[in-house]
Amino acid sequence: MSDPANTAGPDWGQITRDSAFAALIAFGLFVLMLGFKADQSLNNQLVLVFRPELLASTVALVFIGRFLIGYWQSRKVEGAAKKKAPSKWAQKAEKYGLPAAVGFLVAYPIFILVTVGPSGAIKWIDNFGIQILIYIMLGWGLNIVVGLAGLLDLGYVAFYAVGAYSYALFATSEPIKDFMAQLIGEGFWQAWAFWICLPVAGILAAFWGVLLGFPVLRLRGDYLAIVTLAFGEIIRLVLINWVEFSNGYAGISSIPRPSFFGIPFNASDEGFAAKFGLEFTPIYRTIFLFYVILALALITAAVSMRLRRLPVGRAWEALREDEIACRSLGINTVNTKLTAFAIGAMFGGFAGAFFAARQGFISPESFVFLESAQILAIVVLGGMGSLLGVVIASIMLVGGVELLRELDFLKAVFGDNFDPAQYRMLIFGACMVLMMLWKPRGLISVREPSVFLKEKKAVSADLVKEGHG
Amino acid sequence: MEVFTQQLINGVTLGAVYGLIAIGYTMVFGIIGMVNFAHGDVFMVSAFVALIVFLAVTTLAGLSGGVVFLALLLALIVSMIITALYSWTIERVAYRKLRGSFRLAPLISAIGMSILLMNFVQVAQGARNKPIPPVMRDTITLFERNGFAVAISYKQIMIMVVTAVLLGIFWYVVQKTPLGRAQRACEQDPKMAALLGIPVDRTISITFIMGAALAAVAGTMFLTYYGVVVFSDGFTPGVKAFTAAVLGGIGSLPGAVLGGLLIGLIETFWSAYFSIDYKDVAAFSILAIVLIFMPQGLLGKPEVEKV
Repeated sequence: MSDPANTAGPDWGQITRDSAFAALIAFGLFVLMLGFKADQSLNNQLVLVFRPELLASTVALVFIGRFLIGYWQSRKVEGAAKKKAPSKWAQKAEKYGLPAAVGFLVAYPIFILVTVGPSGAIKWIDNFGIQILIYIMLGWGLNIVVGLAGLLDLGYVAFYAVGAYSYALFATSEPIKDFMAQLIGEGFWQAWAFWICLPVAGILAAFWGVLLGFPVLRLRGDYLAIVTLAFGEIIRLVLINWVEFSNGYAGISSIPRPSFFGIPFNASDEGFAAKFGLEFTPIYRTIFLFYVILALALITAAVSMRLRRLPVGRAWEALREDEIACRSLGINTVNTKLTAFAIGAMFGGFAGAFFAARQGFISPESFVFLESAQILAIVVLGGMGSLLGVVIASIMLVGGVELLRELDFLKAVFGDNFDPAQYRMLIFGACMVLMMLWKPRGLISVREPSVFLKEKKAVSADLVKEGHG
Repeated sequence: MEVFTQQLINGVTLGAVYGLIAIGYTMVFGIIGMVNFAHGDVFMVSAFVALIVFLAVTTLAGLSGGVVFLALLLALIVSMIITALYSWTIERVAYRKLRGSFRLAPLISAIGMSILLMNFVQVAQGARNKPIPPVMRDTITLFERNGFAVAISYKQIMIMVVTAVLLGIFWYVVQKTPLGRAQRACEQDPKMAALLGIPVDRTISITFIMGAALAAVAGTMFLTYYGVVVFSDGFTPGVKAFTAAVLGGIGSLPGAVLGGLLIGLIETFWSAYFSIDYKDVAAFSILAIVLIFMPQGLLGKPEVEKV
């Protein structure tokens, strides 16, 4: 709305007018939705509650916000914007940032244990460490499909669900348990179920990746996104409705936890603590789970970095840039797309099996479309194809949203009814929009070429020709 | 036969609602080539606006027959205005800057907007179902055979009539007025349209406003028909309406209405004859099947792949 201000400082009149306009619009938007609330009365009828203070403060906030933005924009116009080449910083970040991040992650549980102590550490390792790492792993898995092969997948959560349900169903199935007991001995399946089912879950997810990838080979761009969304929803709805198979909404509970390569984490004499002469606390399991997901995530990263340099990885990137050129150069696009779907899905399946083992309980509620959107948001916000970008985006989105649960001191400011956690997804959605407006190409939008003539030149993603995806 | 006729009536009613939402998708896709993912949630917001207006009027004036009619009419008009404002703001804030940007950016922004709207309504209005007192419950029995009465309710008649009238007006605007011509010009070639003096930005804004106003009609009808609305109601009808738009051929207005009717009919017949649990699976499967085997839809133009 604001035209570039002229030379003599900010045009206060214009900024004020713009802000007043924005406030007017905000009043129109919020007069009914915030000004009134349709609330249940005691006899279960809807009554309207009028909330003028809330409405007034929101409109005022919009006015102030628009005013500050207008002022900031007028400042920016004075120092004319320059078109930047990819900054040295971004290149360095990709080179040194990843080892630094890995080093930090390896040290993280120990660091937390030392600073917070064992009782407080579980929350920090579990809610922040493991939770974020699951999303990093999912982000890296989806990055193969979206970032490298350029196939926009909005149903990635389906493969996460396949992995989780594979492990949950195999590990809780009585026939398999009996069979294993006869074959090898009592207790073997209980102890090793996770380690045996993990690869199975990955393979099954890869199989589903091919199965769902096959019909969508001809589609591209937005249509591909919508069909994958439909597949994701179909799988979730089947899991809800096919009660005999998946126990429906009730989900599957008491899924065996992973063992330390055969040694369970419990207080018994055979348990991890007793074997290693330690005092029993639940923290060991949490730390172990942290390292398991860290290892899984690093495998994902290593595989996708290696694959980029292999012929199939180059074919993916060629496919992302231009499918027609790709086909006319004799690349088998069918195989290229299917491998991308399969490998991406496989890592989603691993993450799903881990998720089921960590939670001990799964239900279709964990695999809603919002999860797919969240993973895709992580990949795109990070900068498609950038491994480090995924890490930063996961920490910002998942960690930042998790952090909101910790902001109890805000209750002192806004009163006891204020629960910051309920604004989690609201802020998440706003962040997605703002990030796109600020950096549509993601945080780290540098593409390092895997093939080069004399020297590597990082190319800003803005300059790379846009493929059809 | 009786069951069939009854389901036909129900299906057409539902299809009218889907068709109205589908127009918003199809117009926006036609003019700027993006899937406006937040459109389903705009529809949900419109139902909430209608709910609040309806409650305000009935709290002030009671629940007698004439008042209910007036309340619904007022709810419809206010909801159309406010929802149009929402859609205008969304386009202005979240999409305009990304036009011509990297292809995924508008889609991600739209998904973010969808999450934002859904959670805004949850925070502002609470997470519980919002039921309104039952209105217009009377039905007309069309015929009765073997003890099964085929009936059409006043609600259903109202939905069909309002949809038909609004579609007529809408059709006239797009086909016969300078505004409609500008829209079709922008759809064909925005750059050329701009060179010929058509305000492209404003035309796109108006497209969003029109789509949202029709979604608001659908939202009000949805509220009247089901009598309840909840903050998560935008997603599934949104995806189904998008399916309708694709089925009819995205970019084609009659296609959107036709697709909406087909999806409504398929859903009701599926629920009646097969399994009500799997009705959403049926809708999503149709979406996948149509996109895979017939991506141009029923009435759409085939897309030519250019090098």
